[in-house]
Amino acid sequence: MTVDPPRGAALAEQGRLPAERVALVDLLDRLLAGGVVVSGDLVLSIADIDLVRISLRVLIMSVRENLGEA
Amino acid sequence: MTDTATYLYAVTRSEPSDEIEGLRGVAGTEVRTIACEDLLAYVSTVSLDDFGAEPLRRSMEDLDWLGETAGAHHHVVEEVADRTPVAPVRLVTVYRGDDQVKALLRDRHDDFVDVLSNVTGRREWGVKAYVDLSAPGPTQTAPSLGGPGTAYLKRRQAGLRSREDAWRQAAAHAERLHETLSSVAVASHRHRAQDPELSGRKEAMLLNGAYLVESSRDDEFLKTVDDLRDRGVEIELTGPWAPYSFTDLEVRGDG
Repeated sequence: MTVDPPRGAALAEQGRLPAERVALVDLLDRLLAGGVVVSGDLVLSIADIDLVRISLRVLIMSVRENLGEA
Repeated sequence: MTDTATYLYAVTRSEPSDEIEGLRGVAGTEVRTIACEDLLAYVSTVSLDDFGAEPLRRSMEDLDWLGETAGAHHHVVEEVADRTPVAPVRLVTVYRGDDQVKALLRDRHDDFVDVLSNVTGRREWGVKAYVDLSAPGPTQTAPSLGGPGTAYLKRRQAGLRSREDAWRQAAAHAERLHETLSSVAVASHRHRAQDPELSGRKEAMLLNGAYLVESSRDDEFLKTVDDLRDRGVEIELTGPWAPYSFTDLEVRGDG
């Protein structure tokens, strides 16, 4: 009987996933909704929810365009 | 009047071995550090032509720019996270200059120390769960009474009911999943489910969870993930990540 090694363990063995293999959408979940947010003497911080919404809209649009071209 | 600004990536406790020579950040800029008391900020000098409020408003609409910038920001955070516990800062946080960053480290010193001690020795894992709600239910093969039209309507009603049931069951399953995963984690956070057009999958995303896990319990966490697979809900694991989802200073701050 053979047992496939668990996917999670395989990932862990490889250590951290290389940046280029990280899906942009997973990254943006964290970079736009997570991380330290500080207000103060900023030039600009995209704690501003409108910008987050804009970028997600752009993402969706670009996915649609790709599907349309295919 | 200056035309540059200071882009902030992450904050750590300052350690003697902090060596980041040659590290490049957003727009290919060199990454350097600013120290204040026992804290260290990772920053680079950026042009206001690219990172001023107005140019950014336009750039954030540009997917290529957003992808490159997010990737570069992430790269710096990862490099730092490899060396020492890190508090990542949200994408595109730009200060007028180094003095403002120093003031931040000084004013929010205790908050940063809290956040950093909370993530020390811990890593974030992402777990996404999907379910295919369009999969045909068992009711579709039920024998039909009456004419083809009646049979169609009955099938349709049964289909809608079973879809609703399937959704309810799946949502309940996701909740149990989240509880199970949370029980192995120090902290957990549910991100908003990704739109199917963003996730690139036709199945609905039920759970978009982030889990802060003690490194010594990584194996246990991953085993828990594997045990949960294939119970009608498909699971995707990402990470380990720097603790992006567990460094919310706004919530932790003293206001």
